[in-house]
Amino acid sequence: MSLDNPNDPVVNEALIKEVLEAHPEKAAKKRARHLGMVKDGPDGNPTCGVKSNIKSVPGVMTQRGCAYAGAKGVVWGPIKDMVHISHGPVGCGHYSWSQRRNYFTGTVGIDSYVTMQITSDFKEKDIVFGGDKNLEKMIDELEEMFPLNKGYSILSECPIGLIGDDIEAVAKKKSKDTGKIVVPCRCEGFRGISQSLGHHIANDCIRDWVLDKNEQQWETGPYDVNLIADYNIGGDAWPSRKLLEEMGLRVIGQWTGDSTLAEIERAPKAKVNLIHCYRSMNYICRHMEEKHGIPWHEYNFFGPTQIAKSLRAIAALFDETIQENAEKVIAKYQPLADAVIARFKPRLDKKRVMLFVGGLRPRHTATAYEDLGMEVIGSGYEFAHNDDYQRTAHYLKEGTLIYDDASEYELEKFIEKLRPDLVGSGIKEKYGTQKMGVPFRQMHSWDYSGPYHGYDGFAVFARDMDLAINAPVWGKVKAPWKLAEAAE
Amino acid sequence: MPRQIAFYGKGGIGKSTTSQNTLAALVEMGQKILIVGCDPKADSTRLILNTKLQDTVLHLAAKAGSVEDLELEDVMKIGYKGIKCTESGGPEPGVGCAGRGVITAINFLEENGAYDDVDYVSYDVLGDVVCGGFAMPIRENKAQEIYIVMSGEMMALFAANNIAKGILKYAGSGGVRLGGLICNERQTDREVELAEALASRINTKLIHFVPRDNVVQHAELRRETVIQYKPDCKQAQEYRQLATKIHNNSGQGTIPTPISMEELEDMLIEFGIMKTEEQQLAELQAKERTMCNAG
Repeated sequence: MSLDNPNDPVVNEALIKEVLEAHPEKAAKKRARHLGMVKDGPDGNPTCGVKSNIKSVPGVMTQRGCAYAGAKGVVWGPIKDMVHISHGPVGCGHYSWSQRRNYFTGTVGIDSYVTMQITSDFKEKDIVFGGDKNLEKMIDELEEMFPLNKGYSILSECPIGLIGDDIEAVAKKKSKDTGKIVVPCRCEGFRGISQSLGHHIANDCIRDWVLDKNEQQWETGPYDVNLIADYNIGGDAWPSRKLLEEMGLRVIGQWTGDSTLAEIERAPKAKVNLIHCYRSMNYICRHMEEKHGIPWHEYNFFGPTQIAKSLRAIAALFDETIQENAEKVIAKYQPLADAVIARFKPRLDKKRVMLFVGGLRPRHTATAYEDLGMEVIGSGYEFAHNDDYQRTAHYLKEGTLIYDDASEYELEKFIEKLRPDLVGSGIKEKYGTQKMGVPFRQMHSWDYSGPYHGYDGFAVFARDMDLAINAPVWGKVKAPWKLAEAAE
Repeated sequence: MPRQIAFYGKGGIGKSTTSQNTLAALVEMGQKILIVGCDPKADSTRLILNTKLQDTVLHLAAKAGSVEDLELEDVMKIGYKGIKCTESGGPEPGVGCAGRGVITAINFLEENGAYDDVDYVSYDVLGDVVCGGFAMPIRENKAQEIYIVMSGEMMALFAANNIAKGILKYAGSGGVRLGGLICNERQTDREVELAEALASRINTKLIHFVPRDNVVQHAELRRETVIQYKPDCKQAQEYRQLATKIHNNSGQGTIPTPISMEELEDMLIEFGIMKTEEQQLAELQAKERTMCNAG
């Protein structure tokens, strides 16, 4: 009776068992640790009860990416006034061409380079004799072609680590020659078990090659904050920044969606770091806390409930003026949110959602769905760590199915058995799910829509979920036996 | 198909010298030979060409753009009595990937017909098999027989055993066999017996014991093999014997049975090359006593 009772622990337990049965014994034993459900832990707090951040089981078709994807695609790529060099053979750069949907202002090729594919295009010769000389020459040429760029990141592909090229020496030399910041990033794809290590390596590069390198001379203010780990997917950072500014804070750095190198450099002068995607940038926040004494605060700008909660929590870090402003901002936008809810809740009420995304959204978006009357019945991350799952359980209802690093097979089975009204995941899952007759939204790229952050984003979010679930096309999908009945 | 052989062994043991002298003797026997030097230093053909080969496959490829831009004639030089000589070449020490270079060079030579119309292809491979690239001649049905050049020194014996492990790894899939050990005399204790003992332990034979002779040095200084420099000397005769033995050894290679580190150490202790811990301790104590007495 799974359809009527989706968060039933007995049903979910049986479902996990069934899914595991398809695996060989050893693989089943390993995967069993990654499948579970939200329940009360030994300390009385809810827990997801799954292991995470472990090497994927071979053969299961994991959805994970690599360290290069994490460093180039997530952290460095969106910095718009730097030239990001994919250092190695052409493929990695080619298939990450255009970046994720990190919107930015600026003119491509003149002062912004986010969507350009710039690679050292390694050939056999470079492997055998090393690519350092080419890299140097390349930076010289880039200086001529893009004189307005503010710096370079050198993002290593696998072969660089194998042949041991000394990109640090090249970076130092070219930094001296050009007077710009040149960052060597050792994000070879074979390192680690997912893109998550790439985030960490990229954070460390910011620490080692950008922060405290150039002296920052400008007047700081009491309300200076950094907006950390918003990559401006579909313009997410803009409505977020607007809320912070409306409550009287000054955003001096927006990392790294639509950001400039200068925003990264001046970050250590902020009063507080506000972090959205904990998974990808907690490392640098911890560093700035330790070294520069900047506290950091996690917030959630998905859906009016979490937005209001976050705005109040952020305001509590400052004085009464900011706190009053926060209330004003909430009061100003709540009617907008209410109108969105009034329009879409009747169409989305009691609809059930399954999520499978990267390292943040499987928990952060849960309340936004609930604001619309929807219910999350299953959730999981590609590359989250234990501390993410600790942050997840209280967002979800008891009995919610949890799947870590789920395989294509597992997801398909779960969808087939639980028959949710909506699945939110990535491009690889999209068409298979839709062919099963289940509505789908891409939750990595916002399915070419967005923004979803902030009050403005919530309106778009609600509309998009309605579009997916209540599209007339689903009325055309009939089970074969029903088609036969209709024909009779 | 030509018969393909390869010389492996610890760095500095005399692989290139031994192989070139042996091949010079083989060519006297009417064999057509191609040498493939697999060492970035490119010194596997120096004694045959009487000069160091400058145009290595990889340096020319780097200049031209890629190996596809090269012609076989560009990289193949003719040396002593018509021996064809090629060198893979490779990067200067400390950069790039020499192993990949060896793979690229061998593939180029094979695809462009360097192996046609010769009786022997001989690979001379850099000291230690440090990565997959330097194992290339062992892999993929390349060399049928491997000859390990060694001596009575401990490290040379370790290296020989390690190379046997490499051969064993590919013996099942690729058909490579161990042709035998070639012992270059270093005048260590009981050298011949030790070499023979190791050979029997790893299921092969000591194919030849090459005595030490200064004439090799003299010839080498003149960039010549002994065969060319003093064809009538005793040492030249030794290399001719070795060449004959290798020639007659066709198809008689074995699958080696490399021994464990402990077994090898036990063997060396037995031959008095390595000391047991007790012996070392006793010696140390004796030394201390004499020092105390002196003090």
